[in-house]
Amino acid sequence: QEGLDIIILICMLLGISFTVWFTLLLVFIIVPAIFGVSFGIRRLYMKSLIKLFEWATLRMERGAKEKNHHYHQHHIFTIIITLRGGAEPEFDMSDIFYFCRRGVESIVDDEVTKRFTAEELESWNLLTRSNYNFHHISTRLTALWGVGVLIRYGFLLPLRVTLAFTGVGLLVVLTSIVGLFPNGRMKNYLSDKVHLMCYRICVRALTAIITYHDSENKPKNGGICVANHTSPIDVIILASDGCYAMVGQVHGGLMGVIQRAMVKACPHIWFERSEVKDRHLVAKRLSDHVADKSKLPILIFPEGTCINNTSVMMFKKGSFEIGCTVYPVAIKYDPRFGDAFWNSSKFGMVNYLLHMMSSWAIVCSVWYLPPMSRMEGEDAVQFANRVKAAIARKGGLADLLWDGGLKRGKVKEVFKEEQQKLYSKVLVGSSEDGSSS
Amino acid sequence: MGLQGWRNVLALKTSKNNNRAAWQRAFPVPLSHSQITRLYSRFHSLDKGENGALSREDFQRIPELAINPLGDRIINAFFPEGEDQANFRGFMRTLAHFRPVEDNEKNKDLTSGEPLNSRTNKLLFAFRLYDLDRDDKISRDELLQVLRMMVGVNISDEQLGSIADRTIQEADTNGDMCISFSEFIKVLEKVDVEQKMSIRFLH
Repeated sequence: QEGLDIIILICMLLGISFTVWFTLLLVFIIVPAIFGVSFGIRRLYMKSLIKLFEWATLRMERGAKEKNHHYHQHHIFTIIITLRGGAEPEFDMSDIFYFCRRGVESIVDDEVTKRFTAEELESWNLLTRSNYNFHHISTRLTALWGVGVLIRYGFLLPLRVTLAFTGVGLLVVLTSIVGLFPNGRMKNYLSDKVHLMCYRICVRALTAIITYHDSENKPKNGGICVANHTSPIDVIILASDGCYAMVGQVHGGLMGVIQRAMVKACPHIWFERSEVKDRHLVAKRLSDHVADKSKLPILIFPEGTCINNTSVMMFKKGSFEIGCTVYPVAIKYDPRFGDAFWNSSKFGMVNYLLHMMSSWAIVCSVWYLPPMSRMEGEDAVQFANRVKAAIARKGGLADLLWDGGLKRGKVKEVFKEEQQKLYSKVLVGSSEDGSSS
Repeated sequence: MGLQGWRNVLALKTSKNNNRAAWQRAFPVPLSHSQITRLYSRFHSLDKGENGALSREDFQRIPELAINPLGDRIINAFFPEGEDQANFRGFMRTLAHFRPVEDNEKNKDLTSGEPLNSRTNKLLFAFRLYDLDRDDKISRDELLQVLRMMVGVNISDEQLGSIADRTIQEADTNGDMCISFSEFIKVLEKVDVEQKMSIRFLH
């Protein structure tokens, strides 16, 4: 008898707490997301976290570390730094030292491979995954870290997962409903509202605290929006502030369901696997889309892969050949609160999302840069580099000429050949007479 | 990095406070504590297979090394004769050649014999880059091959041949048409080897 009473009591308590929980969720998170207003809870949370981290860092007594933020231009790598001053060109057995030294320097540390692993932090944010030197400092700190784990995995994670499911679910359902409307202004209006609402819920699902700068430069119809790429979350961050047409490959499974639903409400550009290889087809579909002024601006990430947000790598020229206005956007994440970088060779998507949702928060800044167009006499590659430099400068990232494709593939032979050509000039001089002594 | 890897790093860090002599016995190279930790971290990030040793492919994954015309020769220096794997000790030993020679280091006696980063050992490292078959002589053929690596296709065979001939003529003192190590040292006696073959390990 008593056992039954207790069970009933527990069920009632669970029911009540669940209702309270869901009401709070609705009032404080989902309703503001629908209307695009904010109570400022997340910013308050962010400020308290900062104070906490500062305290934790002081306890850590970290020595001086190398600065990780470089604002330099990295020129094409040249091995021959100094020519033998003024002497006539000839071979010297000591020439090998130049090659040797540069080679060993790159073995000890190089500019490229470190862009593909997560950035090292100067302070500790109570996440062991970002602390490479973690070992026991004090009981207080470890206790704090333990409490942090409880909060993040016990409270924040379930909250966020619920929100994520709500956001995605609503997206699929509502876009399908909007798809039933006849094409026209009403449909576009509804589609915009629906997309924005669902993305805002997803933003809250990640506890993303985003600061948008220069919103007067927001992308307009008939243009292409170009941004640096750090993680799949970039899409959510940009799309919660404006409406874009997405570009991507058709996927199966859950992604496929979402894609099919989204395209019912407004025209996104999804490519079949086979079509992706055909560059002309891709270019044609993109051009057709931008030519139609009633369609939304296209969102593209020209780096082609996720970079760890300390630099901007080579932009692929495809999107710059189309000949329309380009709206560059710079996204910079604050790594103190959670590392947004997706190292796709190390973690799968699910693992990555789990990491994201169990971090403290995702804090980032978005800068909308003024629109750019291709100038007279500029080819696509030069235009792409100009845009890239502007994005790197605004976001405070290093502007690298290396290809993001180096994450997976080998460097092209042609770069080695350039080095050989340079050295040959040292040997035989740049004049064409070519006679050696 | 795996748990075992970090245990090793931790052991390195704590051994600083323990028996310094024992630690130096384990790592008989003239590198400081923080330099070794840093290199271990780097070694581990290059070791994609996580098996505690580097293969040639691991080195070639570094783009700046892959475009270096002598990249393959430099990579070869890390692998002992006939082996395909470089462990951390070998990695450190090879890199220790490039530590700058500081004046106060010259008299410190870590182990018997010359420190790895002495002028002679730096020159030996460079000599071995030329000496393809490890027979302690640089023949005309070997010199030609290395020159070809450095210039690619931009210089004709005849020109390259005459450059090689001239170089051997100037260096060869005993008339065997090869350059031995002592002849190599003589040719480069005026060159500031210490500065050219040293790198800063920590920025």
